[in-house]
Amino acid sequence: MQKRFMAIWFRHLLTDGLTRRRQELKDLPFVLASPVKNRIIIVAASAAAEKEGAFTGMAVADARAAVSELMVIDALPDQAAVLLRLIGLGCIRYTPSVALDLPDGLLLDISGCAHLWGGEREYLKEIVLKLRAAGFDARAAIADTPGTAWAVARFALRRPIIASGGQAAAIATLPPAALRPKPEILENLHKLGFNQISPLLAIKSQILRRRFGQSLLLRIDQALGHTEEYLQFLVPPVPFTERLPSLEPIRTVPGIEIAIEKLLEMLCSRLQAEGLGIRKAILKCHRIDGRKVQVGITTTKGSHSVSHLLRLFKLQIDKIEPALGIELFVLEARRTEEMETVQEQLWSESKGLGDTSLAELLDRIAGKVGDAAIQRFLPAEHHWPELSVKLAGSLTEQPKTAWPELPRPIRLLSTPEKIEVMALVPDHPPKLFVHKRKRHTIAKADGPERIGREWWQDSGEHRDYYVVEDTEGQRYWVFRSGHYDGSDATWYLHGYFA
Amino acid sequence: MESKQQVINKLRQDILSWEGYKAPTAGRRAQLGLGPLESAFPQGVFPQHSVHELVCASTEQVAASGGLVTGILSKLMQADGVCVWIGREKHLFAPALATFGVLPHQIIFINLPKDRDALWVMEEALKCPGLTAVVAELREMDFKQSRRFQLAVEHSRVTGFVLRNASAKLSSTACAARWQVKSLPSTEMNGLPGLGFMRWQVDLLKVRNGQAGSWSLEWQDGQFVPVEENRQQEERQVS
Repeated sequence: MQKRFMAIWFRHLLTDGLTRRRQELKDLPFVLASPVKNRIIIVAASAAAEKEGAFTGMAVADARAAVSELMVIDALPDQAAVLLRLIGLGCIRYTPSVALDLPDGLLLDISGCAHLWGGEREYLKEIVLKLRAAGFDARAAIADTPGTAWAVARFALRRPIIASGGQAAAIATLPPAALRPKPEILENLHKLGFNQISPLLAIKSQILRRRFGQSLLLRIDQALGHTEEYLQFLVPPVPFTERLPSLEPIRTVPGIEIAIEKLLEMLCSRLQAEGLGIRKAILKCHRIDGRKVQVGITTTKGSHSVSHLLRLFKLQIDKIEPALGIELFVLEARRTEEMETVQEQLWSESKGLGDTSLAELLDRIAGKVGDAAIQRFLPAEHHWPELSVKLAGSLTEQPKTAWPELPRPIRLLSTPEKIEVMALVPDHPPKLFVHKRKRHTIAKADGPERIGREWWQDSGEHRDYYVVEDTEGQRYWVFRSGHYDGSDATWYLHGYFA
Repeated sequence: MESKQQVINKLRQDILSWEGYKAPTAGRRAQLGLGPLESAFPQGVFPQHSVHELVCASTEQVAASGGLVTGILSKLMQADGVCVWIGREKHLFAPALATFGVLPHQIIFINLPKDRDALWVMEEALKCPGLTAVVAELREMDFKQSRRFQLAVEHSRVTGFVLRNASAKLSSTACAARWQVKSLPSTEMNGLPGLGFMRWQVDLLKVRNGQAGSWSLEWQDGQFVPVEENRQQEERQVS
């Protein structure tokens, strides 16, 4: 497919950007200036100032002589990059590949995008009008190569759209500066009397290289399309992305659902062909007021099932604020994983943890109440009760050691609760304990089971655990912290047996 | 000519099927091995594809009910069944389930402090055919909600257990059975000091199409054993 590029040139990028924020500066002659080697030099001049004779690169003192009521404002460093980045991100609704072209332009890879707006002419008009409405004096051009588009946007007065293959004719009459040469080479070209590009094209490449070096040849080749020019895009392309522009801005829940379903159908058929499944996906909604809202889903197991992913997104729809309407939906598969192809079983008695419907259920629950609520435990090799289980890393992780066969309560209090205890003899199980102002008389007891602390990471008293049963048959897990030394043996209730 | 008894039996079967009760299909194990608990249900088969509620008046009863449910789960889950346990707080202690013959890593715990979330998750989980059972600890459950659960399990064939707080006025629900479990004092084993087997008073307060009942059960070596029988055994050993 023939690639097409668009170059946008902002004639007064910095001053327009400032005027947008400070409306009172509109139509006033003002310049942005910063000190260079003890002189204050104009960095950018507004349209009104240029009309009266103050240009970029002049000293402020000279400009003041030419323009009586010139306003001078301190320039901020790197302001151009900040502004271009913002505008570039705004342009992502027209194409996913936008590159910065410092100091005053943008380069867009628009291959395969323009037909969505009804052709390149309408596409260009739409972008330029949008930018002008935003207050930027922008000019744009479309060509096969970024170099030609750049040249035409800046130096050609009319016909901004160059037909495919027409690069040489388009740049022939333009000045050599349109080739983006280095300043010293440009000066040389002027000295030698090159006012147009066409004579340069007629000269043999060996001679050009000897006179002006390899860099000029490269620029000519890039403009004509003999050499590829690589752009560094603002947003790195995500391999699995689908876009859905809408004719009318969408504001309703059913509308958003239909959009998500269409996007998922497109994305999932691509993923299925490559045997991949989505682990993490993000839906970006570009609104007509220029804002962007996004929601994301994650799955525990790669999936390319449209119905399942749609159900996950439906749980998130109420987080999307459409405001005045959404004009573009972008669905990105941020993380994918290879799917294991599973043989379908008609009658399966045992389902197990690898079951797809289980993974889908957990995805839905995680989407509704959050990931943290879902836990699965594996045995940890610790005796200390609070440390004896660990969270499983994945749904199918299997325990490496067997579960210990020890009497453990079915309900364990997360923090042991203090109880008052009466024990007949030291180091004997208690005869009676009071918990929450209720007396429990103990009929039978087992124990003690001494559990020591892991001294290498934790200092403190050991615990002597007893299983006790009161007269009603209710069974408890109680422990005494530390040795019994007559004065202050503290007892705790730690759990309930079944 | 059929005898009168045969006609009555046939009519009973018909009424059961009209009421939505499905006889166990051939090829499945009809008996789970739950001992006396199974006899209370129609045709002596524990209803797997329905929701059971257990009313608990205190923390101790919640623990005891948890024990009964885990015992039943060990029969239901077999080798690699999966269960979802929806709790209010992180109180269930996974290693204890191993003593009831359930592999704790086959259980997925979901902690939800709000009943609203828990009801939603419970219903979604009951619809999932990949699960064997779902257990939920709820404060309250109304008839409408229990009917929704019942409809969900009829499609997915999952067993549901609801542990709910006992309030003064228990609203009726669409559950297949209502249980109450209390701890009973254990007996000494062969005169040794210490605790015996875990023993419960299990009351089946309500059961659809079956006989309500009450048993004293012990958990011995992975089985529910009725206490009377046990006693007789002991007496036999002595004599």
